[in-house]
Parts: sequence; structure tokens; C-alpha cells
Amino acid sequence: MTNHWSDIKNADLVLIMGGNAAEAHPCGFKWVTEAKAHNKARLIVVDPRFNRSASVADLYAPIRTGTDIAFLGGLINYLIANDKIQHEYVRNYTDVSFVVKEGFGFEDGLFNGYDAAKRSYPDKSAWGYEIGADGYAVVDPTLSHPRCVFNLLKKHYSRYTPELVSSICGTPQETMLKVWDAIAETAQPGKAMTIMYALGWTQHTVGSQMIRTGAMVQLLLGNIGMPGGGMNALRGHSNIQGLTDLGLLSNLLPGYLTLPGDAEQDYSAYIGKRTSLPLRPGQLSYWQHYEKFHVSLMKAWFGKAATAENNWAYDWLPKLDVPGYDVLKVFDMMFQGQVNGYFCQGFNPIAAFPNKAKVGAALARLKYLVIMDPLATDTSEFWRNAGEFNDVDTAAIQTTVFRLPTTCFAEEDGSLVNSGRWLQWHWKAAEPPGEARTDIAIMAGLFQRLRALYQKEGGAFAAPILNLDWPYLRPDEPGPDELAREFSGKALADVSDPASGAVLAKAGEQLAGFAQLRADGSTASGCWIFSGAWTQAGNQMARRDNADPYGMGQTLGWAWAWPANRRILYNRASADPSGQPWDPVKKRLVWWNGKSWGGTDVPDFKADSPPEAGMNPFIMNPEGVARLFAVGMMAEGPFPEHYEPFETPIGRNPLHGNAQAISNPAARVFKNDLEVFGQAEEFPYAATTYRLTEHFHYWTKHCRLAAITQPEQFVEIGEALAMDLGIKAGDRVKVSSNRGYIKAVAVVTKRLRPLTVDGKTVHHVGIPIHWGFTGVAKNGFITNTLTPFVGDGNTQTPEFKSFLVNVEKV
Amino acid sequence: MATQDIIARSATTTPMPQVRQPGEVAKLIDTSKCIGCKACQVACSEWNELRDEVGSNAGTYDNPNDLSAESWTLMRFAEYENPDSGNLEWLIRKDGCMHCAEPGCLAACPSPGAIVKYANGIVDFNQDKCIGCGYCITGCPFDIPRISQKDKKAYKCTLCSDRVAVGLEPACVKTCPTGAIVFGSKEDMQVHAAERIVDLKERGFANAGLYDPDGVGGTHVMYVLHHADQPSLYAGLPDAPAISPLVSLWKGVAKPLALLAMGATVLAGFFHYVRVGPNRVDEEEDPGEPTVHTVDPSVHVVDPNKQP
Repeated sequence: MTNHWSDIKNADLVLIMGGNAAEAHPCGFKWVTEAKAHNKARLIVVDPRFNRSASVADLYAPIRTGTDIAFLGGLINYLIANDKIQHEYVRNYTDVSFVVKEGFGFEDGLFNGYDAAKRSYPDKSAWGYEIGADGYAVVDPTLSHPRCVFNLLKKHYSRYTPELVSSICGTPQETMLKVWDAIAETAQPGKAMTIMYALGWTQHTVGSQMIRTGAMVQLLLGNIGMPGGGMNALRGHSNIQGLTDLGLLSNLLPGYLTLPGDAEQDYSAYIGKRTSLPLRPGQLSYWQHYEKFHVSLMKAWFGKAATAENNWAYDWLPKLDVPGYDVLKVFDMMFQGQVNGYFCQGFNPIAAFPNKAKVGAALARLKYLVIMDPLATDTSEFWRNAGEFNDVDTAAIQTTVFRLPTTCFAEEDGSLVNSGRWLQWHWKAAEPPGEARTDIAIMAGLFQRLRALYQKEGGAFAAPILNLDWPYLRPDEPGPDELAREFSGKALADVSDPASGAVLAKAGEQLAGFAQLRADGSTASGCWIFSGAWTQAGNQMARRDNADPYGMGQTLGWAWAWPANRRILYNRASADPSGQPWDPVKKRLVWWNGKSWGGTDVPDFKADSPPEAGMNPFIMNPEGVARLFAVGMMAEGPFPEHYEPFETPIGRNPLHGNAQAISNPAARVFKNDLEVFGQAEEFPYAATTYRLTEHFHYWTKHCRLAAITQPEQFVEIGEALAMDLGIKAGDRVKVSSNRGYIKAVAVVTKRLRPLTVDGKTVHHVGIPIHWGFTGVAKNGFITNTLTPFVGDGNTQTPEFKSFLVNVEKV
Repeated sequence: MATQDIIARSATTTPMPQVRQPGEVAKLIDTSKCIGCKACQVACSEWNELRDEVGSNAGTYDNPNDLSAESWTLMRFAEYENPDSGNLEWLIRKDGCMHCAEPGCLAACPSPGAIVKYANGIVDFNQDKCIGCGYCITGCPFDIPRISQKDKKAYKCTLCSDRVAVGLEPACVKTCPTGAIVFGSKEDMQVHAAERIVDLKERGFANAGLYDPDGVGGTHVMYVLHHADQPSLYAGLPDAPAISPLVSLWKGVAKPLALLAMGATVLAGFFHYVRVGPNRVDEEEDPGEPTVHTVDPSVHVVDPNKQP
């Protein structure tokens, strides 16, 4: 989230799209209720299903699954055509005036530089700003240059007319215009809309671009950085934000630092590429401090063994030979027989990944599988024949499965990072049952044994393992407090202020924040964005002061938010260029008081830079402004374009006739998966999967009370389709895709209605996840038997939300 | 609970203590804020240590499918196409005991002290004194009490009388994430409801209103409804609930006779026990209906052994 949960109460309009907050985040949803009750906010829900969020919405619009870019692209066109943009914000805080390089182009559904054989854009050189002789990006404040971002944007989305968008999305035009109209009202300075989204946007082959389109709408309306505004990703797990923050993705290091690729063997080139210098005069371009964060990380990992002489142990970092080893890639490799062992920690891949048949076959090709989980997961029993639910030949599976019971969150101390980036410390509430041990103890024990083996026997590339710094009180079980102090960071030598020479932190002391990190090896911090979470004053995450002196809901004394305890990112943009809040009564967040920036939040800005200095709010971007034009950052192109789901019910992309541009041309598709995509002739219904309030993923089917409230697997079918197929509520139905089938009870509902798309009638089938062949709920089929093994072009997040099925009465 | 100032007891004429005058409480359920998350169902089961069976899905979101002796509250989901606005509405109502000011269950109950009403408005069942006759079900215009298959006694929501007695809110109120369920003095709840109704009217629900039906003397569980003119839209919430005339008959004429018969039965039982010893029921033999069922079948329209 750019903002955070309790800030939602400041919204004037709440748009829930690509998520179902009432269903999946009922506790956080209370802030929507607050906004409605105390701020007279309106709630709009756009979703294929009239869902629990829609049940309390002021306005609901149906949309065909996977077409959100068309809906939002149409909205961009509408905002520009009707002059509903926050002009002063857009002109000053976004890149509308930047001139794009010559050679950038978009034709017939593809941007320039496409290579069909590689299914990607290997040459993105024209996707950038024109750079002037002074080394800065060229801008045209008059917005008259034909290649300035504003004109390119306007042209790109001029194709997204209300008629065409309605025909792609199936949203009735009248309803769609009502939604657009309500959203457009928040273009007024001081009015804010928040967008709440979740997996309904991420889990598409164009998921990242859906989110980007939402962000672009928010920029045009001046809603980023505003209290009650922002782009708010509702994370699906209490600590999944912490997972990405700490870099547990194959191509990341902690704090969104990036792993080098194979070609980056040279340390200074690696750092140089990531040290972005300002693209406009007077801009902060905060990533120019990249090396400070990187060196501090290496010092946290390797201690004294990381030195200036060995480039801070750069050679010990893995170098990626492919863009990333995401889950789809790893399971495809496993399926190909290229993986021997797999550690599965707090994860249930046979249920959670697409195409269960492929995942099951892949696991059967492992020599060993280690399960670290509090529960006996379906994955840990993938070899067990559970009848129709898991019809495998147990004798033919030779994988050795080790099941290591772990503690649950309530059985250990530690911190969780919520969607709003708050690190909240929690305390152990109960002793773990039986032989359960913490994940830390299991991993530390494994590491100790591995290191002993390397010490004794040697081996290839032993240095990183032998030199890892391991300063913990109990080497077999580092304490959560020790790890927390480590990621926050400490001074290894006295750290002084370069200007005054004053000592800021003495050697051995905890650092106050990432501004004290140094690139000379005098500081260590395991995750720079968490720096300041545990200072000399103690554990900031354990703070529980909910005082809210300005009534803005920012509660700076409650826990600790990264970065630097800032609650709302880009919050300088909540004030106008002269430094005063756009709405000084209801939306006061930070402002210039004549000497410095301050207010109800920690300014996300250089605290002493006066407004007239012209520094802009988006300090992480070298240009200082927000990007409507994504330059080369996205796989599919700088402007989001609507592409159909890989399994499309209409078989074409109504925006253009190019067969290469029906679905995301830059999504990676493995050959064996391409073969099992279904066609609308055989599988005519648009299916989407989702979670229910009553359950949490595949955990709570092990919990009796949750099982009572939602005991048995079901699918949701609209009344019209049910009538066509002769299905009544409570009947058992078989739902099949080209990858398998499930059987479940039919819930027949008015809440799924047929949509008219591209001249055809499209029916949706809604398929909750949650059931499987273990647990106390009625056993059922794994929903991901049905879903396709293809992911987003940037994140590789699987397309769980849009695919094709057939439905029959059993 | 003596601390709770009983003001009415079933089948009892003894005067109640009148000295203390605690205020009336009420739970307000705002259907327009409810998202049907069922956290209240789980909290109710947790606090009251109830564990119903893992049931099945009958083609709806209502799970368990109905109230039972081990499910005292339940979300009921209704889909409504509003002919005026053309909008679909998903009306979700938390069902459970309404804690009527004039409780039909208490009026109908033949067992002394099995049902009591506290001065704060809570209507409570005392299972120690329940004879499992099921008359309370007949008496209830909301179809709430259920007879347990385990002990043949009647159960329903207690409004967490044990929590309220020590100054806590009911468990469902504490857990509700959106503030759709609130608790306080009845007066405060009426004031809060009035504010909510203004908001709903402003959002286009012209008939928004409070459900606090007169037919049962008002209730200590009230609803804010978007469509207060049509309560039955909310999964059959009675438009005009009233105590069944059969109960009045029972109270007025039949009850003394029935009590006499019951007394005779008890007496006969006592002498049977004294003379013959305890009744030993053959293992294979059906234990049969409780004796009381034979007393006055005319008022007993519900078979307590069958879930309605």
C-alpha cells in the first residue's frame, strides 16, 4: 500500500476493483465503513461477481474477468476528453511534459522492438525520455510537443472509447459511465479516491499492467500521496509484505536491492547501473545511495569477511543466469526432472500453484521433499491416493518426504509486516505442540550442519558458507530480537555527520535509520528499508501508542512503518507546489512551515528543501516525478494495453486484429503448457477463482470452526446459465478445463449475470479455492486442477483469475 | 444469575425483586454494514463452547444450514432485485434470539424458571430446569429455540448474559470487524440507529428504518434495515411478529389444567418410584416422547425431536 489501512477512513471515494476487501480483508474493511460513516464516502465495486464488498457498496459494476485495463484505459480516455484531471498536480508531479525518444511507437497491438520468436521486447532502447545536451531529460511544459508523454498517452487511450470498452468488458455502458463520472469527481484538488486491489489484479498475465493503469488513473486525478488516496495492495497473508521486503524472491535482495545477472561480474558496473543520477535539475534521486544500502547488507551478512579489497564479497553473491527462478520456472524445471530436492517452507504448492496435475507430477520426480509447516498439508501427502481428489499411483512415487512441524505465528515472538508496511512486533502466546520448532531453529540447524560438512570435507564454492557471519547467542537458534536488530542495522565504527563531523552513532550502537548507512563498511544493515525499526531507544515495532493528535489516523507512535516510519508514501504530493496541503482542513498531511517540512506524517522528502527549490515529490525516481510513461521498466511496454486472458472466451482481441497481440505478447509460456490451453468451443465459460471470508487459503480446512461455517466445496453459477444447463442450487456439478476437472455443489445465484461481450453472451463461473484432500472440512478437489500454468509478464504470478471451463450436471 | 435481576420467570407467580432498576440493554445489528463474514458465528461458538457438526453445502452461503442447539446465531443471505432502483441487493442478516420484551417463549414455557427475563431485557434459558417440551419454539414468533438431540433441552442465544453481567459486550459484538453489531443501552442503540437511518436515506434507501417490533413489546436485539417497510425480504424476518394465539390460550385456560395434569403425572411418577423403583428402559425400547407431550397436544404444534 502506498497508504495504510487506517488512512482509508480519509477517503472521499473508495474503489474496490481487482479485490474483494470485505471478503478477504474483513478486519481492514472496517476503515471503509469508517470512511462511509464519518466522511460520507461512496463505495464503488467493479468485479465479475456481485460479492460481499458489493453487498455494502453504493454502486456496483460487473466486468468480464481479465479486462480491467480496458475499463481503466477507457477511464483515462474519459478523464482526458472531459478535462477531469488535477492539472496542477499532473503538470508538476508527473512526467506529462517529458519528451519521449524518437523511434518509440505502437502499432497493431505491439510496441516497437518486438521479437516474436523470443516472445519479448529485447530492444527497449526507444522506451525512454529524450536526453538533452545538458544530460537531463527534455521537457516541454507547454505540452505541445507531439512526443511529450501527455500527447502520447492521449493518443494511446483515444482508442478506448466507451462503446469499445463496454463491448470488451461487458459492463453496460450506462453503469460504466456512472462509475467513471463518480471517479472523475476526485480530480478536484483536495478530493481523494483510494483504490483497494489484491489478487484480482495481480493474478493475470497482464496483472502488473492492470495495477499500473490504476496508478496512472490515480496520478491523473492527483490522488497519490494524498491521505485517503493511493494505490493500496491488500496483501493476502499477514506477512507477505515482509516476504517481498526481505527479498524472498529469486531475483531480489533485501530492501528491493537486486541480484546481479551473469553478465554483471564487475562490482563497480553493478553498482553504477543501480546508482541513478538525477534526470532533472534539483531532484533527489534517492537510489543514488544504492551502494550504501548494498555494502551495509554485505557487512550484515559477511561481517569482517566483507572488505573493500574483495568488493564487499561481491563474488560470493549468486549471479542469475535467467531473469529469475520464480515458482512457475522452478516447477517447470522439476517437471522436466532437473530438480532433485525441494524445501517447502510454509507453502502448499500442490494446492496453491496452477495445474495440479503438473505440480503433482513434478513433485513425484524429486528425490526428496522437505515440508516445514505447522499443518499436515496436501503437498506433504501428494503421494497418497485420496480417491478422485488425488488419484495417484502411490507405489510409483519414490520421493522421500520429510515433514518438519513448525511453530505457528502465535507460538513465537517476531515481527509481521502488514499491507500498510507497518512492522508490528508480536509476542509468543502459547507453547508449540509436540515436536514443533521455529522455522529459524530448523534453518539454523541445517546451516550449522552444512557448514560443518564444508569445513570437514571442503567442496565447490565453500567461501560464502564458511564466511557467513553468525554472531548469535545460540548458533542453533538465533533469537528473533537478534535478527531484528540485525536487519535494522548498527554502526561497526563511529558514524559521523559528513557536514558537521558530529558523531551520529558510536561503534556498536544501533543506527537511527538508513540515512546513517555508509558505503565504507562502517555500518551493517540486513535490510535498509527496515533501518530504524530497532534503534538505540529499543524496539520501535513494539510501540503501541495510538495517539492521533491531528485526527488524521496516522498514529506515528503505533508500531513502526518502513521507510523511516512514514505512513504515506510520496506524501509531499499531498501539498501543492508552494508547500501547502491541497485541502488544509481534511487532508493535511505534510507541509512547509517556512523552515522545514513537517506535519501529521513523516515527510517523504528532503526535510529542509524549500518549495521554491523545485525538488519534486517522487524522490525515488531520478526524474523526481511520477511516471505515466513506464520507460523500460515493464515487459509489455510503457503504456498498459488490454490483452485477452490466455484462455479467452471470445478468441480475439477487439482492439486489434494482430494474432500475436491477442494475449500478452511478452508473457513467458512453457511449451508443455501451451499445449493444454483450452478453447472457447470446448470450454465456453469464463472462470475465475477466489477466496472466501470463512477460510484462509488451505489452512483453515484443518480448523473445525472454520469448516463449520463453510464445510463443503462449491462453485457459483449464475441463474441464467444454471437454467440453460438444468442445474438447481445444491446439485452436484462437474467443472472441467483442459487440464482436469473438479466436482462440487452448485450455488446458483443472481450475483453472477451474463455479460454481452463482443456481441456474444459470456457466462462466468466462480470457483472458490480452500478445499483439498486433507483437513476436517469435507474433503474436495484441488481447485487449481483447473487453472493454467502461465503467469504475468513481469512477476510471473499465475493467471488464477481468468481461464475457461465447461460445466455439466453430475 | 442473581446478579442479573430476574423480573419474570416461566410458570411462576412468586413476586420478583423490584428494588434495583438496571437499565435495559440492546444489541443493534446494522444490516447495511454487515458483510456476512460469520466472525460472529465463530465468536459465539468460541465463547459458549459450542461445536456444531461440519455439515454440508445446500447450495447457499448459509452455513450451517439452520440454527441448532449448537449454532445459536447464523448469517442468512437473501438476493433481492430491487424493482425501484433496478439494482441487485445481497441482504445479509444475522439471525438469532431477539430477546423480546414480551417473550413468547417465556409465556409458553410450562416449567418453572426454565426461562427467565432479566431486568436488563435479556431472555435466558436455564437448561437445568428445562423439560424439553419445545413449547418455547411454539411460543417464539422468530423460530429461534432449538432442542438439543443430546440432552433434549432447549438452547438459544443468551445475549452472552454471563459477559453482560460483568460489564462486557456479547462475544459477537466484540468480534464484529465492521461495527455492524453494536451493544449498549437500548436508548443509546435507538439513537445510533437513527443516525444510521439518516445516512441510509441519504444514500437512496428511502424506507430505511429500525426493526423493534411492537407485536412482541419491542426487542433487545434490533436491526437497522435498508427496507424497514419489508422486513420479510431479509430471509423471512417477520413483518409483524406476535405471540401465537395458541400461547395465549395456553396461558389463559389450558395451562392451569395442564399444570394440574402435569402435577398428577409427577405425583404418579413419584409413587411409581416409591413403590416400584426407578423406571428402567429396555435398551432396545424407544424411550418415547417426554411425558409432558401427552398433556396438551393441542398447543404443541412443533415436534422438538425434529429440526424445523
